[in-house]
Amino acid sequence: MTQADSAVAAAGWDYSPAPERTRPEIDSEYGLFIDGEFKKPRSGKVFDTINPATGERLARIAEANEDDVDAAMAAARAAGPKWARMKGRERGKYLFRLARRIQECARELAVLESMDGGKPIRESRDVDLPLVAQHFFYHAGWADKLQWAFAGRTVRPRGVCAQIIPWNFPLLMAAWKLAPALACGNTVVLKPAETTPLTALHLARLLQEIDLPPGVVNIVTGAGETGRLVASHSAVRKVAFTGSTEVGRTLMRETAAREIPLTLELGGKSPNIVFADAPIDQAIEGVVSGIWFNQGHVCCAGSRLFVEESILETFVAALRDRMKQLRLGDPLDKNTDIGAINSQGQLERIRSLVRIGQEEGAILHDVQAAPLPSKGCWFPPCFFTGVQPSHTLAREEVFGPVLSVMSFRTPEEAIRRANATPYGLAAGIWTDKGSKIFEIASRMDAGIVWCNTYNQFDAAAPFGGVKESGFGREGGLHGLRAYVR
Amino acid sequence: MSRLEVIKTGKLWIGGKWPRSESGATFPVCNPQGEVVARCASASRKDSREAVEAARSGLSGWRDATATLRGQVMYRAAEMLEGRAAELAEALQVTGAGAAAARQEVEAAVDRLVMLAGWCDKIHQVLGCQNSVAGPYHCFTIPQPCGVIVAFSPPEPPLLSLVTLVGAAMSVGNAVVAVAPPQAALAAVLFGEVLAVSDVPAGAVNILTGTQKDLVEPLGTHREVAVVVSAGLGKSERMKLRNAAADGIRRVHAVPWTGAAWGDDQETCSPWFLEQFVEFKTLWHPSAT
Repeated sequence: MTQADSAVAAAGWDYSPAPERTRPEIDSEYGLFIDGEFKKPRSGKVFDTINPATGERLARIAEANEDDVDAAMAAARAAGPKWARMKGRERGKYLFRLARRIQECARELAVLESMDGGKPIRESRDVDLPLVAQHFFYHAGWADKLQWAFAGRTVRPRGVCAQIIPWNFPLLMAAWKLAPALACGNTVVLKPAETTPLTALHLARLLQEIDLPPGVVNIVTGAGETGRLVASHSAVRKVAFTGSTEVGRTLMRETAAREIPLTLELGGKSPNIVFADAPIDQAIEGVVSGIWFNQGHVCCAGSRLFVEESILETFVAALRDRMKQLRLGDPLDKNTDIGAINSQGQLERIRSLVRIGQEEGAILHDVQAAPLPSKGCWFPPCFFTGVQPSHTLAREEVFGPVLSVMSFRTPEEAIRRANATPYGLAAGIWTDKGSKIFEIASRMDAGIVWCNTYNQFDAAAPFGGVKESGFGREGGLHGLRAYVR
Repeated sequence: MSRLEVIKTGKLWIGGKWPRSESGATFPVCNPQGEVVARCASASRKDSREAVEAARSGLSGWRDATATLRGQVMYRAAEMLEGRAAELAEALQVTGAGAAAARQEVEAAVDRLVMLAGWCDKIHQVLGCQNSVAGPYHCFTIPQPCGVIVAFSPPEPPLLSLVTLVGAAMSVGNAVVAVAPPQAALAAVLFGEVLAVSDVPAGAVNILTGTQKDLVEPLGTHREVAVVVSAGLGKSERMKLRNAAADGIRRVHAVPWTGAAWGDDQETCSPWFLEQFVEFKTLWHPSAT
């Protein structure tokens, strides 16, 4: 807590509301984006997308059935040859155009993201949207340089890519999937998550505005069944998925017979290890960002905190104080730290895992002073102490603002326990000792290791996991590899 | 007076030891005329699990050795292979290769090992990179070994394919369980004997011989296996393997080469092939005073 914060708290003052005033135009109903146009679903079915902060319907969304997916695939296949033949420089210019249009509409898209998904506007505005634009800018520049990315090889696009994305970073995940696929000359059928389809559909409008050739990107909305139809379609030459490990397993089996190349970015139970010699104030901020960023709806969330035993007590006290400062509420308020839980289903899951944590004997620390809003989906940031390695909360992904705190005595013990999980997405290490950082970083079973920082993302930095957190990388040079043959 | 020849039974190589199959089963190795020329141990499911355990134990000794040392050990293996060239060529001829082809394959295998040995301390520079991120951070991506690699080698070419698969996995610091089919068993046993006298730590490489399709399921589902490479399996076995691997989100790679394609140095020693045996790790650290 800064001195100013202390003074404010002592005086009993609070922040005034600071609502974001921009309001994007939201249609009452959205079709499927196929062959460059929005089309009514042949299924004739629609579903609601809900603002989780209010429980109110934002729009009706088309639900794609087999005929709709067929139409999207046909469009992607038809657009393929011309898009693949186009000079890389020209393909790149479409992506540059798109990046510019995204920057121009960044505020509207950020608000839309916060309304549809519940994340604080501070995050959608300052993290999601800048990264989305950067991702297209970065990959735009690769389109004409692929011969240097793949020394000694002449690479070609794979063809039609099926891309299925989650609800936690809806537009950013769309960017992660689309940008490398398009830069490498593939065409795409993208399926956004059913609870957060709006920003992808608004992105489709931008694709129209930049005159992207019809069929190069097609967006079909729906739930798991639509996703299955997309992934298992015979036109598909590559499948990319971000989501749960359970669905990842299903996709491996679905694609086994056809031997379709697959990249999976799945769940995690990432360790965040704090040594006694760490810069403690920074570590606290890193732990906060690690678990409470985006309500903990982050695949690489630092959900297992390991603190060296000698500082456990002081660290937990400091964490408690810091957690008290977190402001939960209206996602569109610029001072909000913790927004709404993405959906009722996810809220139930978090509640159930927290209940199990208490039943198993871990101690819940929940210090939110203000009552939760009466409408919508909310869960307060919290942490557990007294967590044993065998506890559910030490093993299962919560995908919510729930941290498990454990302690360790030696670096060897920290390494062993950090790696004792089937997952291997990310890891955090906090210490001022350089040699310790290198040793421990190299021994973490993880695809990303954040040293004295956490939850940093960049278009140029390859991201992805090991073990049951999936395979393949997204972003950077390494992210291109899944999209060429 | 004529002397009765002492015939060797080919054994498995697991954890630096030479057990017979746990089941006691052997299979005959026949020449093109169908005559039995040798017998080799037939690896059981239990043998395959023991080989994985041995690889898991042997992993750190190989992975944590310096890249320079790994390169020297692999070069040593090439020296030992060269020294036994005549014997290997003879083994290849027994199972059908012509004299010239057999000699060529052995020479190619020695050269392959030399080339792969040279990658040990260079591959990181080719596959890794620094990432220019938009913030005050040092960010770099490095290749690291995956862990335990299972490789199903094809019947043809028996020696060169096995040396390529094992050598590629070794060069980036992995431990290996290789499974050679009966047709390639003689060469596989001899290659194991070569590695056994080349300072390869016990368990870092394990070589099984036997019916590959029986081992797809136990190796494809084993928790300690990181990657399964299939170069010898048919389509239905590959599908079975992918299904087996799904539970543990295990990486499965199919090597498309057949016959003469294994002789292509450029393809088989390219970093794009070795890449299948590494995991990329992206490291971030703030840069500040």
